[in-house]
Amino acid sequence: MSDHEYTPKSKFGKWFNDRLPLLTLANHLTDYPTPKNLNYWWTFGGILTFCLITQIVTGLVLAMHYIAHADMAFDSVEHIMRDVNYGWLIRYIHANGASMFFLAVYIHIFRSLFYGSYKAPREIIWIIGIIIYLLMMAAAFLGYVLPWGQMSFWGATVITNLFSAIPLVGEGIVTWLWGGYSVDNPTLTRFFTLHYLIPFLILGLVVLHIWALHVPGNNNPVGIDIKKPSKDTVPFHPYIVIKDGFALLMFMIVFAFFVFYTPNILGHADNYIEANPLVTPAHIVPEWYLLPFYAILRSVPDKLLGVVAMLSAILILAALPWLDTSKIRSAVFRPLYRQFYWILVADVLILGYVGAMPAEGLYLLVARVATAYYFLHFLVILPVLGWKEKTLPIPLSITEPILGGSPNLATAKNKESLNK
Amino acid sequence: MSEKKTNRRDFLFTATYAVGAVGVGATIWPMIDQMNPDASVKALASTEVDVSAVNPGKTITVLWRGKPVFIRRRTQDEIAEARSVKLEDLKHPEKDEDRAVNPEWLVMLGVCTHLGCVPLDQKGEYNGWFCPCHGSHYDISGRIRKGPAPTNMEIPKYEFVNANTIKIG
Repeated sequence: MSDHEYTPKSKFGKWFNDRLPLLTLANHLTDYPTPKNLNYWWTFGGILTFCLITQIVTGLVLAMHYIAHADMAFDSVEHIMRDVNYGWLIRYIHANGASMFFLAVYIHIFRSLFYGSYKAPREIIWIIGIIIYLLMMAAAFLGYVLPWGQMSFWGATVITNLFSAIPLVGEGIVTWLWGGYSVDNPTLTRFFTLHYLIPFLILGLVVLHIWALHVPGNNNPVGIDIKKPSKDTVPFHPYIVIKDGFALLMFMIVFAFFVFYTPNILGHADNYIEANPLVTPAHIVPEWYLLPFYAILRSVPDKLLGVVAMLSAILILAALPWLDTSKIRSAVFRPLYRQFYWILVADVLILGYVGAMPAEGLYLLVARVATAYYFLHFLVILPVLGWKEKTLPIPLSITEPILGGSPNLATAKNKESLNK
Repeated sequence: MSEKKTNRRDFLFTATYAVGAVGVGATIWPMIDQMNPDASVKALASTEVDVSAVNPGKTITVLWRGKPVFIRRRTQDEIAEARSVKLEDLKHPEKDEDRAVNPEWLVMLGVCTHLGCVPLDQKGEYNGWFCPCHGSHYDISGRIRKGPAPTNMEIPKYEFVNANTIKIG
């Protein structure tokens, strides 16, 4: 990984490093050559690491006070909110932390889409990222069930029932998931166990994600391969550490705003009513970060096909490196892709909006059009664009445009700044 | 490959893999099966309900196996309406006579067959039930008429113990 051999200065360091090369790893991480043109969209990897650690630490603390039992879970959450010292703070950080985690991960994913970070040789990084994203959705769903409010209960009922769409074995799988004939205490205890497990799986995958990243190195806004180390790179420490740190501070301001000023705005009031298996809330909606996929599920009038469409919408992302046939990574040099990129962003936002609305009338029509466009983007537009698009000339190095580069690039850079 | 003779070692490999696979399977199965409904859950399999206080045109909801069961005492108009529907108009064709053996009493699982929400009584375009989650409409026999649900609401096993008592399960 590192291009040069590292020898610790101290005698003890050398002795230790010969037996466990931790210092070599630390040296690799500090010296790691990073493209010098990374912009603030590249700071979300660090922010996401912060989010994961925040969720694990606050989650551990909550687990010390929470009771995973259908008769006691709801009261134990209220006990955390009212009686436990700073319990309200820790729970609000954990609950809003989930939303902040997804906010950051969506920016991170759309960064990759804009700058083509998923393309060769970074396919494995991308696929590991998609697996992490799937696990995040699983953890968020399982965690939302634990307070055992009305939305917890009915969210769990609706999502586990998705499996009943599988022909023949579906009903058996649902009963197996529940451990009974409906969502009940056995369901709650196993959901708690799995909710506790998944963050550590994510942590392991994050290590692989970063390891895979450090083999080819970071992509960059120009999207070209660079020599490492060279005039085009800076060492990770202190340059990127400071930049990531500043971005993290800005992010924490937003985080703190939600925690301290509107801690419940991203949740649902119905979840402060204890679970009741006889009454379904009038309007069941998942958390905001799952709404686009929920809209896709509801836009298909057939049960099995709706579930298939929703799962495909996520899994299609894993095939993205092969669906996008263009050799040019960065959208800065792809004038047509850049427009389709922003249409996709709008499309996903529209899906999110109609996902929160009742599935009827105009909303349903809009959801169907937006669902069709979502798949059209990945299955038709991206492959065709790779063949048809006239791309702009790309520079040979990051330094070239700064040291009197070509006029084409100047235009491109201008467009890039306009897009941000 | 065809001229290569099977020798003792090939046999031993195959036998080892086969025994190993059985062993792994036998070890994994208890880990999977422990998640299925346990004996205490299965023990709560039947419920008896007193329906003497239910007037025509009213529905009561009782809990059976953790799920709501609708018991509706239907009016003569509702029975006539349910029995007049043509089978070819139904997404999941079932005669009302088969769903409500005693036409006055409709006993069914109050669980939408789409994704398991509890439909609302006397709502929807077919004068029966309406599921608020994803918009499935059921008629007065609990049959799916419009929306994403694939089948009619399920009729559980039940019997009249006497004129006023229904045993579900």
